[in-house]
Amino acid sequence: MSTPAGATTRPLAVAGARGRWLRGSGVWLLAALVVALLPVVIRTPVAVPVMNQMGIAIVFALSYNMLLGQGGMLSFGHAVYFGLGGFIAAHALNHAGQGTLWLPLPLVPLVGGLGGLLFAALFGSFSTGRSGTVFAMISLGIAELMAASSLIFNEFFGGEEGITANRTKAPLLLGLEFTTDRQVYYLIAFWALVTTALMYAFSRTPVGRMANAVRDNPERAEFVGYSARWVRYVTFCASGFFAGIAGGLFAANYEILTAENMGLNASGSVLLMTYIGGIGYFLGPVLGAIVFTFLQSMLSDYTDVWLLYLGIVFLATVLFVPMGLTGIVVMHGAVWRARRLGRLVLPYLATAAALAVAALGVVGLVEMIHVLVSAPVSRGTRRLFWVLVNVRTVTPWVAFAAIAVAGVLALRWTMPRAGAAFAEASRPGDAR
Amino acid sequence: MFELVVFSLLNGLVFGLLLFMLSSGLTLIFGMMGVLNFAHAGFYMLGAYLVFTVTQHAGFVPALVVVPVLVGLLGAVVERQGLRRVHRFGHVAELIFTFGVAILVTEIVQFVWGRPAKRVEIPAFLDFPLFQLFNASFPAYKAFMLVVSVGMFVFLFAILTRTRAGLIIQASLTHPGMVAMLGHNVPRVFMVVFGIGCALAGLAGVIAGPVLGTFPGMAQVLGSIVFVVVVIGGLGSLSGALVASILIGVVQTVAVALDVSIGSALAAAGVVLDPTGFLHELTSVTVAQIAPILPYILLVVVLIVRPTGLFGTRET
Amino acid sequence: MSAAIELEGVHKHFGVTPIIRGVDLAIEAGTRQALIGPNGAGKSTLFNLITGKYPVSRGRIRLKGEDVTGRRPNEINRRGLSRSFQVTNIFPRLSVFENVRCAVLWSMGYGYAFWRFVDRSREARERTETVLEQLNLTARRDVPAGVLSYAEQRALEIGITIAGGADVILLDEPTSGMSRSETEQVVQLIRQVTAGRTLLMVEHDMSVVFDLADRIAVLVYGQVIAHDTPERIRASAAVQEAYLGVPAHA
Repeated sequence: MSTPAGATTRPLAVAGARGRWLRGSGVWLLAALVVALLPVVIRTPVAVPVMNQMGIAIVFALSYNMLLGQGGMLSFGHAVYFGLGGFIAAHALNHAGQGTLWLPLPLVPLVGGLGGLLFAALFGSFSTGRSGTVFAMISLGIAELMAASSLIFNEFFGGEEGITANRTKAPLLLGLEFTTDRQVYYLIAFWALVTTALMYAFSRTPVGRMANAVRDNPERAEFVGYSARWVRYVTFCASGFFAGIAGGLFAANYEILTAENMGLNASGSVLLMTYIGGIGYFLGPVLGAIVFTFLQSMLSDYTDVWLLYLGIVFLATVLFVPMGLTGIVVMHGAVWRARRLGRLVLPYLATAAALAVAALGVVGLVEMIHVLVSAPVSRGTRRLFWVLVNVRTVTPWVAFAAIAVAGVLALRWTMPRAGAAFAEASRPGDAR
Repeated sequence: MFELVVFSLLNGLVFGLLLFMLSSGLTLIFGMMGVLNFAHAGFYMLGAYLVFTVTQHAGFVPALVVVPVLVGLLGAVVERQGLRRVHRFGHVAELIFTFGVAILVTEIVQFVWGRPAKRVEIPAFLDFPLFQLFNASFPAYKAFMLVVSVGMFVFLFAILTRTRAGLIIQASLTHPGMVAMLGHNVPRVFMVVFGIGCALAGLAGVIAGPVLGTFPGMAQVLGSIVFVVVVIGGLGSLSGALVASILIGVVQTVAVALDVSIGSALAAAGVVLDPTGFLHELTSVTVAQIAPILPYILLVVVLIVRPTGLFGTRET
Repeated sequence: MSAAIELEGVHKHFGVTPIIRGVDLAIEAGTRQALIGPNGAGKSTLFNLITGKYPVSRGRIRLKGEDVTGRRPNEINRRGLSRSFQVTNIFPRLSVFENVRCAVLWSMGYGYAFWRFVDRSREARERTETVLEQLNLTARRDVPAGVLSYAEQRALEIGITIAGGADVILLDEPTSGMSRSETEQVVQLIRQVTAGRTLLMVEHDMSVVFDLADRIAVLVYGQVIAHDTPERIRASAAVQEAYLGVPAHA
């Protein structure tokens, strides 16, 4: 039998069949419960601000995946709609504080969303004609245009200092106050849940389904009656709306917006987190946003070069795990259903241990190089993995190098075995 | 006034040819492999930083030769180990991969050389005014840049059209399958082209470092403009890249020198706008202020009107 | 009988190369007709012209009496014409069920509605399941279309074409690359799904052509040299001369 004509060698994901469990209302109620209880369960003081950051990132990343994962449109300038929504929300908040506009804080993200929608409708009118490289380049051009415009329109963008707002000055809705981080958490959690549900609902509408079709085969989509351009445009506008909501949440949480929030770095970050999470699955960006925000906030406390590590992780994902973290989880779905997961525990544990050792060694070396390069000549010591290390001596170099080599060798031994174990476990056989 | 025009044009030409040095590699790579190498400007940055280090140990002239080769080799490795692996996942994945490489190069450069900008001196033997026109002088180093750029273009053109390897490369540009059938190692051709493209970017970094500055943000600043050039000129077209480079180089350099705005023009005509109005803010923008975004406006316009670019034949 | 498709003086050049050199053709509604001809005659180009993928250089095309010259593919599709492709053109990452359902959406009036849910529509589901039954793909409904076997994909290809309920159907080499038994199955399928509709198909397999077609049009060098019943075509000297050497499969 000849090979299937339309098959590709890339790992495929089918959004419809596997996501069926998302359609029941039980899942959402459970999620709401978990989210509501989180700040009660986790009591470290730094937890709530980080969770707020995660909530905003989740909405932003999900909106981005409407374009990338569902629509097949790679955008390098999605933060434009996030930022513009945020700026408009911040201005609205200021007006609310002055009394010229009745806008309680819970409604501010909606204003941001409308702002994002407005600009998405405007810019999308000429950028959604084509997908692929042309679309990516136009998105880049628009991002650069906006970055430069921020220096010109000082009234709107606030120049170098940006625009600040004060959420406590807004009128109250039902007497709800938002002065503490915890209270803002519930606001963000509410909007995150609502928007996630809405975005999922969108993917189940005719436009949402056709977006997948247009991604796979725009020519065929035309021949079943749909204009690929219109499908992309509607998806683009919806994506801009939700990005704007994320921007509004940002304005409410941090009370300041600068041109950086619109810029290429922000757009790059959302691409990173969405891809790491897995673009082929609806919840992929959620996982990616959580992991990315966690790494970003936690790692930056321990090391200056966290972006370097993140870059390495991202590149490793693109090369070896293009289906993302969620993809790895889903891959094991069949194994789990066949109840063969137990067979994988030992090989995976061994691989994880080897990876940890290798990472220990590499990170140690990287950090020591960093001290050598950046520290003044006199200071050469650093606290590394709870041990005080003097980079001017030979011992730590040899030690970490040895650890790294040992880890890599162990990895070379354990990885093939883990891969074989997985292949064996996912072999259809005496499964149910 | 006259000297302003002459020097603006000359400087614009120098900048434009520098842009061409960067964009030629990028458009060649795209034309052949269909992938827009986001990391291209990163190799440019690497060239600038490497020349800083090599010059400190060996001098400028050895650096001029050694650094592009180093960068080119690195590019070849990236293609072989990375890009080739990602190729089967499609164009979007390739773009994302080169994006990741771009981030990594930036981070590694900052990691190795630190964050503060590096001061790369113009080599002493090139640091003199070449000629004087009225009151302003034209530095010899800029002439040197011109010579290197033009020389490189001639060299590239000669190789592509006169040598056997060049013909194979040209053929692989449009018919890689056929070329493979004829017995040539097409993946190796790709790797070589990618390496040469990166070497060109590195060379651009070597000669531009002293003039444009050597700092961690240099890749981002120039990278975007290079994309604009390549897309406007036409993806895959060398002559398009040349025309677009010089066009954008001259336009930007001239625009930066023009301190006029719609507002000032209106004022000269006797129309004065309310200083607190929004219209005033809009029209008081000088040409010099919007000079940085002119290329992007042009990009968006060209992409809407003629997505294949001025000379290009392929869209994606 | 009125004409479902009418081509009037249609020419098509690519650059300076003429491919279609003046075609006048009328396909009566409700008939099954085949378009045959040697390789390079321009059959696929003619399909692409009728379905709006390429603009004509000269001439008019009418669909059920309405002039559709120069209209975009999706507009033509909405007027009741649907086509399949020679190289399988499905949605590889969507499931088989989803592939067919996408083809059903527009004809059921869903349009670009982002306030309605496809899962709620019993009508869409039932129609999709009916088509899957006809295609014999019900057991594979949740499989990503990209991993189907070749013959299954060709069946799906036809399924997507007819699911929307178009009454004028164009099939481009539906049995290419198939074995004898697969071809028989597909012929049955085609006969079943085109009952009461207009069918125009490009085919190289002569047994399929003579089995299905009410009339045959012969395209040679961009011109229709004959358009008649199968018996007369088989006996025509002009056709034999231009198109000699295509044996009927045993």
